[in-house]
Amino acid sequence: MKPFEYVAAGSLAEAVSHLDSAGPAARPLAGGTDLLPQMRYFRAHPPLVVDVKRIPELRQLSCVGEGLHIGAAVPLADIAAHPDVTRLYPAIAYSCSLVGSVQIRSRATLGGNLCNAAPSADTVPGLICLGAHAVVTGPAGRREIPVEEFNTDPGKTVLGTGELLVEVVVPPPPDRSAVSYLRFTPRQEMDIAVTGVASLLKFSEGGMVYQARIVMAAVGPTHLRARRAEGVLEGQRPTAELVSRAAEEAAGECQPISDVRASADYRRHLVGVLAGRTLLKSAEAQGIRV
Amino acid sequence: MSSRFIGERLARVDAPDRVTGRAVYAADISLSGMLHGRVLRSPHAHAYIKKIDATRALALEGVKAVVTAADFPALKKGGVIARGEVELNLDHIRQVALAHGKVLYHGHAVAAVAATDPHIAEDALELIEVEYEPLLAVLDPEEAMKEDAPLVHPEQRTRTRDGTLDRPSNIAATYNVSRGDVEEGFQVADVVVEHTFRTRTVHQGYLEPMAAVARADPGGRITVWASTQGNFSLRSQLASVLELNSSQVKVVPVEIGGGFGGKLNSVLELPAVLLARRTGRPVKLVMSREEVLRATYPAPATAITVKAGATADGRLTAVKMRAVFDAGAFPIAPVVAAYLTSLAPYKIPHICLEGYEVVTNHPKIGALRAPGAPQGAFAVEGQMDLLAEKLDIDSLELRRRNATQEGEPMPVGRAFNRIGLQPLLERVAAHPSWTTPLKGPHRGRGLAVAFWPGAVMPSSCNLTLQDDGSFSLVVGSVDLTGTRTTMLQVAAQELGVHPSKISVSVGDTDSVGHTEVSGGSRITYTMSNAVNQACTRMLGLLRERAAAELEVDPQELEYDTGIFSSRVSQDKRLTLTDLGRQSLRRGGPVTATGAVARMQPAPAFSAHVVDVEVDMETGQVKLLNYTAFQDVGRAVNPTQVEGQIQGGAVQGIGWALMEGYQFSESGVLQNANLLDYKTPTATDVPFIDTVILEIPASDGPYGIRGVGETPIIPPLPALANAIHNATGVRIRELPMNPEALFHAMQGRGG
Repeated sequence: MKPFEYVAAGSLAEAVSHLDSAGPAARPLAGGTDLLPQMRYFRAHPPLVVDVKRIPELRQLSCVGEGLHIGAAVPLADIAAHPDVTRLYPAIAYSCSLVGSVQIRSRATLGGNLCNAAPSADTVPGLICLGAHAVVTGPAGRREIPVEEFNTDPGKTVLGTGELLVEVVVPPPPDRSAVSYLRFTPRQEMDIAVTGVASLLKFSEGGMVYQARIVMAAVGPTHLRARRAEGVLEGQRPTAELVSRAAEEAAGECQPISDVRASADYRRHLVGVLAGRTLLKSAEAQGIRV
Repeated sequence: MSSRFIGERLARVDAPDRVTGRAVYAADISLSGMLHGRVLRSPHAHAYIKKIDATRALALEGVKAVVTAADFPALKKGGVIARGEVELNLDHIRQVALAHGKVLYHGHAVAAVAATDPHIAEDALELIEVEYEPLLAVLDPEEAMKEDAPLVHPEQRTRTRDGTLDRPSNIAATYNVSRGDVEEGFQVADVVVEHTFRTRTVHQGYLEPMAAVARADPGGRITVWASTQGNFSLRSQLASVLELNSSQVKVVPVEIGGGFGGKLNSVLELPAVLLARRTGRPVKLVMSREEVLRATYPAPATAITVKAGATADGRLTAVKMRAVFDAGAFPIAPVVAAYLTSLAPYKIPHICLEGYEVVTNHPKIGALRAPGAPQGAFAVEGQMDLLAEKLDIDSLELRRRNATQEGEPMPVGRAFNRIGLQPLLERVAAHPSWTTPLKGPHRGRGLAVAFWPGAVMPSSCNLTLQDDGSFSLVVGSVDLTGTRTTMLQVAAQELGVHPSKISVSVGDTDSVGHTEVSGGSRITYTMSNAVNQACTRMLGLLRERAAAELEVDPQELEYDTGIFSSRVSQDKRLTLTDLGRQSLRRGGPVTATGAVARMQPAPAFSAHVVDVEVDMETGQVKLLNYTAFQDVGRAVNPTQVEGQIQGGAVQGIGWALMEGYQFSESGVLQNANLLDYKTPTATDVPFIDTVILEIPASDGPYGIRGVGETPIIPPLPALANAIHNATGVRIRELPMNPEALFHAMQGRGG
């Protein structure tokens, strides 16, 4: 590990000022479960590390009328255990509970999972399904960015120099809708998704698919929407045949690579399997048997 | 004497320290003035080292020394330390410690640096300039065997049964072993099957990365704290390479966080000693997990072809095995062990082995819990299932019909002494894990049988009566698996005192007699003999002391639970406390030693039954039930025996389903971390049920047999057999991970 400066910021303004003056290589520190290994194994050499865990806005976790506010430095374990999250956003609670181990989840944050910009991040597909947005502050002030557009490439986000993720805001789930996320890992725990798929299904009163969102993890440079597959479903009565057609369509839309964890072919196949299963699960959660 | 402590579930004496973090491991050692070292490793799998220039590194503030292979004493060729079943080649030990002129695998140690803190040492590595001349890497053993293959060691000649060949080759050794005439056996067979089974390089996966601290005194004496399975073996390795007397090297015991055969040979200790000598200060070297995976001693990749024949009524007639082992950068691979262990369970009239030990530009392989046996059993037990299927005989019944017994010849060597295979198989046949029907779709049951001969190596202990009548027992063996506790039970049993009156510790190499490595499932078996001996001697000495004190004939005294008393006059009695006190006034302190070199082997058989459910869409295998049967001779501590069996099974499950080195085309390990080199966690395995049989071994006290190694063997074939039962697909290549199984099911392979 190379020497670096450390500062614990007490406010948003202080954090932004530190990050801005130190330049693009400076890194905010929340749980540190991604940053510290990167620094230790020499891939990252930030001259300055700004601890953001003491900033009040980043520690908030609240569920109010306009949605769920998840401060960027809230540990995943707190989110997964929050009664409003488990009641209203069970898919978010579930994805938060998948990451790492008990120890990791007590440190790691949802904000960090998003900013690390790994296409395999488990918490992101559900957020995209629900239309969540990221609230960012920086030298030029505050802006809001849809989570879907937050990551641009592996390890890359839209954040500019001096910008800091404050919170992620998840709108209330639409009526008659359900979200579910499934990932595939060779090991049950302590593993990273070889492929993950989340789906949102919103039904009309008559039981037709009013809106569908399908988001795929670890099969592209960022999380990907399966828009053609969504199109297959929307406006249709959900049947087993329709679901498998949508799943097949999603498999055609992913952009997997082959690496040490899996081949592209296998990942593509898994997208089909997981998309089918998650759609059935989302439908079932709304009491609709396919 | 009644069996008061043998067979008791005593809690491990080391458990409180281990679970509370008080236990001291090598990396916890911190000495005054100590420096921190790091090792520079090769970026090439195969290259000449043209030049090493450490000028810039040495100029960095805080850097105290850089050492390379040039700092070793001049090498005397052909140095070998013979250790019973294991030979330690000094040349190879030196070359693994620091490359000599040529790097032989990616991650091979090239130089080591010592600095005032570990971060400076890390920075210094980047300043050591090494000029390499890359060579073609030799990575595929079958390719490496060809005459025109590039050579890992241009001077290497193949060792054969009939002498050494005179042409250079990557084949370090060939093995041709046989009994009977297999061709004759295949002629009388009604069914013959022949397939090749492949396994990858896997790692022992010990939790504690290798670590060493070395101190060099100006007088030449060296002290080492190291994560090793054998303090005395390490001492021999260091003394031999450094050309010191054994008594000039002291290895101090520390706790060890797992070894599984991977910590038998020195890796970090030699560079640590060289740095300590150069600087005059203690030096600590600790590996990262990445270094552990890239540059220690994993288990070999294998390709084993088994041709097996049987008559229509299920009698094996002949088995021919062709085995190719990837030994990595230096020779010695357990080729014969694969053959010996996998064929041992069966009476087969005609058998033969054609074995090849091939060097490549992969890390040098080492031992892993029953070295060679899991790979051999994966092939042989897979073929046993296929034969059962072709003959339409129940797979357990086929094994029962061929099961070996006392007096039958082993595949290599003499006849079996007392063994428990047939009763073990009868136990399986009657057990619910085998008799309960398996219900539900895509579920399957698999069975496999395994054998491990068990090693016998020297063991020593010292027993001292303390001034208050308590005892101190010092053993020479590293405690990997709770052996301090089992030896406590043996001593309590033999001395007839409560375990709270005895403390057991591991001695340093100055304080107890030579004790070979903790390996080969042998510590409880052999050390219990040494402890038993020391206790008998101790009681003999105490009887004489007591007789002298009481002024009676020694034969007049009887001994029970810590008291010597006269059979003649009741008031003449002495307690151990009395004897301890009086020893300081008359006669002097009482000590007794126990030392054992040779004993008969105590072979151990096991059988595992596993139920799986396969996700046909993803290839994921879920384990539903797992039962491990094992003849342990005598369970000194049943809790520890169960733990050993469960641990071995889990390690074998990992090898079967998840683990495997993935090398790039240039020989670089792609999964050098525990995220991508996957081992199972507690959530991946069901409760491993254990069924213990106690058929006493022919030799040694209490009938004990070795336990630790046998249970890693059956999971590989048992899972392959279960997956076949569930899916109809036979997998003959490890690991059987979801993607591999998915592709096999797509192609309906097998």
